[in-house]
Amino acid sequence: MPSPRYWREIPARYRLEAARCRVCGKVSFPARPVCPACGGREMEGTALSRRGKVITCTVVHIAPGPLLMEAPYAMAVVETPEGARLMAQVADCEPDGVRPGMEVTLEFRLLSREGRGGILCYGHKAVPAR
Amino acid sequence: MREVAIVAAGMTRFGELWRWSLRDLFVEAAAEALKSAGADHLDSIYVGNMAAGQFVGQEHLGPLMADWLGRSGVAAVRVESACASGGAALRSAFLEVASGASDLVLASGVEKMNDGGDVTAVLATAADQETEAYHGVTFPGLYAMIARSHMEAHGTTEEDLAHVAVKNHRHGALNPKAQFRREVTIEQVLSSSFVAEPLRLLHCSPVSDGAAAVLLCPLDQARKYTDRPVKILGSGLATASMALADRKDPSFLDAVQRSAERAYKMAGVGPGDIHLAEVHDCFTIAEICCIEALGFVDRGRGGSAARGGLTALGGRIPVNTSGGLKSKGHPVGATGIAQAIEIFEQLRGEAGARQAQGARIGLAQNMGGSGASSVVHIFQGV
Repeated sequence: MPSPRYWREIPARYRLEAARCRVCGKVSFPARPVCPACGGREMEGTALSRRGKVITCTVVHIAPGPLLMEAPYAMAVVETPEGARLMAQVADCEPDGVRPGMEVTLEFRLLSREGRGGILCYGHKAVPAR
Repeated sequence: MREVAIVAAGMTRFGELWRWSLRDLFVEAAAEALKSAGADHLDSIYVGNMAAGQFVGQEHLGPLMADWLGRSGVAAVRVESACASGGAALRSAFLEVASGASDLVLASGVEKMNDGGDVTAVLATAADQETEAYHGVTFPGLYAMIARSHMEAHGTTEEDLAHVAVKNHRHGALNPKAQFRREVTIEQVLSSSFVAEPLRLLHCSPVSDGAAAVLLCPLDQARKYTDRPVKILGSGLATASMALADRKDPSFLDAVQRSAERAYKMAGVGPGDIHLAEVHDCFTIAEICCIEALGFVDRGRGGSAARGGLTALGGRIPVNTSGGLKSKGHPVGATGIAQAIEIFEQLRGEAGARQAQGARIGLAQNMGGSGASSVVHIFQGV
């Protein structure tokens, strides 16, 4: 991944920056210029809470190249208290134990190393709420 | 708009076709369609293709394919909507003929997946790269989450999923063009290895090479090319959120419902008028979700359809008589056209051992990504 492409994504990946629509109130993650719910164009920045609930999930057994050695691992769609949903790996637990409804917190983690240069790809993973 | 008919079809068999290149596959299917119609001219070509640029390093398929078909000079362009590229190509050709702009148009689809590309990574480009693939979710992983959601909301079971694979393999065993011409048992499906839980290997469509092509013209000119044209009654295309996370109900495919509503409206028919359908079973759960969104069964009730025989040959509405993507194979860009060809043959009574008796109106539904795009066409034998 070329570095400009990587650093453009830093606000969402490092800081969970989202956008709230001033017209209808919907929170979108990552931030975007047009509200997907109402088409409104007045969006204001907001950050997501670092916690949420699993909406649906899976355990990936056949993984893409950079994550080959990590499989099997759990993935989930997580909904934060703001109503935004995001895709995240679920770590620090048995993958089989992840189920819809489970409470999680979102932690800043290394996600993968990309390419021959081994570029470090950071973001958030979900872990069971303590 | 003018009434439009399909007058001819051509298709390679689907499978791991190591001796054939991307262009070989296209020419085989396209030349068969032209020969069958006895057509000595052609106004334009649409080439449905998802990812030749990634699979074999080739873009700019319009002129390449026109050239290799010996038709260099005609209008030709590639159409892309991930796994719905074929259906989108068919719709483009339909609209071009219906508008009066052209009188004879080839709608085709082609994909060469077995040529050394990283198939898992290429297919994942149909998902949202920044918010999904980056985090490690695969394409089967997204459908597995749809399946998990359907199980939670509606009580669908792993056995329900397995019955879709068993049915489609039973149909595909009767199809000479299918990649897997063999039946599988419930036990084999349920003991195959996990790809992404709860989906196992035998819940997934295979990696395939193949091409398919159909020839479209105005209905009032169709008898020049065939005694048994098949009319396109309706066409609908729709989109939904790209990322699965952005769908309020991950177990329901909004784009499929919207594309179906548009096609039904244009055709002046409803789900109860459809005699058979080809639907996009890239994974077994997808067939379950699609028959709900198409209105063949109530929302949440798709799980028992295959188990109860409703969607089998001889059932109330046979689904995927070709074997579907599961058994026939899924060269992604070709699939939408191959679905139309199955309906074309069924409505002409040419489906041989897998012929659905008395079928007059058929539907084909082709889907892109994890359901972010969907194309529906409705056909009638005339």
